[in-house]
Amino acid sequence: MKRFILESSTVAEVELIKLFRDPTELIARAIQPILWLLMFGQVLAQVRGIHTGHISYLAFITPGILAQSILFTGIFYGIAIIWERDLGIVQKLLVSPARRSSLVFGKAIAAGVRGIMQAIVIYLLALALQVSIRLEPLAIIGMLCSVMLGSGIFATFSLIIACIVKTRERFMGVGQLLTMPMFFASNAIYPLELMPNWLRVVALVNPLTYLIDALRGLVTTGGETIYGYSMDFAVLFGVFFVLLFVAVKLYPTLAE
Amino acid sequence: MKATQTNNLPKFAISTSKLTRQFGTLTAVDHIELRVPYKEIYGLLGSNGAGKSTLIKMLTTLLPPTSGSAEVGGFDIIKAPAEVRRHIGYVSQLLSADGALTGYENLLLSAKLYGLKKAERTVQIRDALDFMGLAESAKKLVKTYSGGMVRRLELAQAMLHKPAILFLDEPTIGLDPIARHMVWDRLQDLKHKYGMTVLITTHDMEEAETLCDQLAILHSGRINIVGKPSELCAGLGANSTMDDVFAHYAGGLINEAGSYKEIGQTRLTAHRLG
Repeated sequence: MKRFILESSTVAEVELIKLFRDPTELIARAIQPILWLLMFGQVLAQVRGIHTGHISYLAFITPGILAQSILFTGIFYGIAIIWERDLGIVQKLLVSPARRSSLVFGKAIAAGVRGIMQAIVIYLLALALQVSIRLEPLAIIGMLCSVMLGSGIFATFSLIIACIVKTRERFMGVGQLLTMPMFFASNAIYPLELMPNWLRVVALVNPLTYLIDALRGLVTTGGETIYGYSMDFAVLFGVFFVLLFVAVKLYPTLAE
Repeated sequence: MKATQTNNLPKFAISTSKLTRQFGTLTAVDHIELRVPYKEIYGLLGSNGAGKSTLIKMLTTLLPPTSGSAEVGGFDIIKAPAEVRRHIGYVSQLLSADGALTGYENLLLSAKLYGLKKAERTVQIRDALDFMGLAESAKKLVKTYSGGMVRRLELAQAMLHKPAILFLDEPTIGLDPIARHMVWDRLQDLKHKYGMTVLITTHDMEEAETLCDQLAILHSGRINIVGKPSELCAGLGANSTMDDVFAHYAGGLINEAGSYKEIGQTRLTAHRLG
């Protein structure tokens, strides 16, 4: 276990050193959620066409935009993995005696920290837009756990796609194909009740829905989780461990 | 510092038995029988697509064989891959040092992944940097290094945990003559000072002749001949050169083998080394 923690944290540390040494990616990734909240959110809030209960539309979509940001950042993580493979870095990692599980888990942790950076940007923006944010320690801790878990899920999923498609060109196509349907087939920008039945079924098997549900209760004052935190976290942990298992099996094939 | 000793000191550092790898209908490595003695620099020659890189990938546990078996340092590559990995170092054909990290950070990454204890890490990293002549550049980002420095850093990473056996896949590709000779010197030091066994693939006949104790020439996934460079040249008659040996046993000097991907990777590496 000690080795597992050391190896995972080493992989994560290397990722984070690179990320903070050249924060261009962090800055670029922050722009999209800013646009969604500032433009889409504020315009739709004026329309009042979507019933969001006793909270404002802006408060309703803030957790959704946070989750979307995590999804978009995580789902394209595989590009970096393919790049590392093309550079020979993956081969070097796989020839080391480090466990495959710790190499994959380390990547998930690094994705989680990227997700937290996104959360900080969105929190600051939401506060500036006078969205009532929950700042109690427990709510913050719950949000951080959700963000880490969600980022881990989408980054690991992305790693699996990278292992299957193996080229950047194919990955871009598949990544584009997956992100928008996952985003729209969730409760990110409208409640599930507004969806036609078939789409609601899709949303119910979409892990993004459960991430948003947990965040909705944890991020905004007055926001509520529909399924309950136990259900949300059970689904998220379950999905994460299944993806982790598959990724650990597939990761070595990148070096073949 | 001596290389790590393996469990029961088998006769050969590397031995394979009918080792085979197929990709669909293509047999990249075909029933290879290889015996690499300890403390030798052993060269694998062959045209592009002859099976050298596939063989190294199998021996380093990156690629499972289709059939046959192999032992590296006395450990079976299929039954004990983790043990194999613990006892080897590997420098890939690609340029695997991370340009966004410093030389020291690259070495620290390897030290941690190879499970070196905290107290050992500093000493081993310092020794490896000194040995490779990189101590003064340790804090610089690797993307600012010259091609020769990058290769020496990769060698430092590969030797950090004192492996018994080093695998080097075309380590001097894209290097200028001075940098190439520096890499050769370090490899000779690794053999003589640290007692490491080195398995190297190359297309460079000068490298094969001056660096390697023994050579195996592959053609279409099979070993065509094994011998010392001088014996191989002598075997073809007086005044024969390694180029003649290669042409004779590797299927001709000009070949059209090698996949698009292989050629692309080779050119990418050469380009990145500047």
